[in-house]
Amino acid sequence: MNRLMMIEFHLDSRSGVSPYLQVMQQVHRALRLGLLQVGDQLPTVKDVVTALAINPNTVLKAYRGLEQEGLVAGKPGVGTFVIRTLTDDSLPAHAPLRRDLERWMRKARLAGLDGDSIEALFRDTFRAFAAEDVA
Amino acid sequence: MTAALEAAGLGKRFGKRWALQDCTVAVPTGSICGLVGPNGAGKTTLIQLAVGLLAPTAGSITVAGGTPDGRPAQLAKVGFVAQDTPTYAQLTVADHLRLGAHLNPGWDAALAGRRIDQLGLDPKQKAGKLSGGQRAQLALTLAVAKRPEVLILDEPVASLDPLARRDFLSSLMELVTEHGMTVLLSSHLVADLERVCDHLVVLVASRVQVASDVDELLATHRRISGPRRELSTLPADQQVIEASHTDRQTTAIIRTAQPIHDPAWSVTELTLEDIVLAYMAHRGDGQPVRRQLAEVRAS
Repeated sequence: MNRLMMIEFHLDSRSGVSPYLQVMQQVHRALRLGLLQVGDQLPTVKDVVTALAINPNTVLKAYRGLEQEGLVAGKPGVGTFVIRTLTDDSLPAHAPLRRDLERWMRKARLAGLDGDSIEALFRDTFRAFAAEDVA
Repeated sequence: MTAALEAAGLGKRFGKRWALQDCTVAVPTGSICGLVGPNGAGKTTLIQLAVGLLAPTAGSITVAGGTPDGRPAQLAKVGFVAQDTPTYAQLTVADHLRLGAHLNPGWDAALAGRRIDQLGLDPKQKAGKLSGGQRAQLALTLAVAKRPEVLILDEPVASLDPLARRDFLSSLMELVTEHGMTVLLSSHLVADLERVCDHLVVLVASRVQVASDVDELLATHRRISGPRRELSTLPADQQVIEASHTDRQTTAIIRTAQPIHDPAWSVTELTLEDIVLAYMAHRGDGQPVRRQLAEVRAS
């Protein structure tokens, strides 16, 4: 069968993120960047299993997760297809947010923080913020 | 959740020494379960109990719904690849397939033939002349072509080079995708198993240290570090797996289902290997097992 492979997955075993979440995140990213569009087929479970030497249950779990999010739909015997993209309305807001962040980073530099400190501070704040969001 | 393999209070004693003690685990049907632990931890003993090569001293075990007692009906449900993937050196690849067809009522000759083709093995070649990787693939083919419900492999990739290792695991995953079965495989290296397993049992010094879903292990374990403090002050839902202190700092690996809010801690994610090593480093009775840990790192 001549099938166009839209994306390829890869796994980072040093990340501490579950392989199924990594697959989901890679699909999210591809949807956000427009690399995957409505109608595109995700690699078959067998393709991913063979390419990455990973557990089919991992791929199935990721695809099920994406289905639950309403991003893809499985057609039995055919494959899994994108039904919604993530290129969303927030895109116009990215540029001003980035400028704010750059301004903040310049301030951090002026205050004497080096790259590592800035990253650590950002990550810590982000984590605390995300935790608040969950709670 | 039904279990394809279930052990309750399972134990095996050789003379005075317990090779496996108080082992209670359940491997869900359809999962791929890794059995990790240092050499001598009891992995092979558990596997031999599961396939019926050993009889338990204590407790019970069921595999694919039956007791491993060597009866034909039970043997047909379980595929087994022993340590170092043994084959008959003097027999050809074709001989092995014929043997498999004679010995197994549910033999899938089409599957076996297709696999040998795909692997590019010469049916006339004697098994003794095959490379380690090819021999392992032949042994896997034989075990899968009997179409077992549960496939058990004892250190299948330990003696293979990295490429053959990857090929073997890739073949195994493909076969699971196509035919669906529960797999239990052991290794003393977590790295071999982390991609292929969705379930993990860690054995150290004849005891199960942890048995859990891999995604859950990754989601619930964190390393926290911060200014020195007593760990008894942690919230009740945070279980300490491993901890170390300096004069000023405390670092710990904890298990918790809840987010960690305390701003004093800096929190980092852990890899599966980090988590397993933390469990391996302690027997559960607070006694560190330095020797086994050193072995794990050295290999």
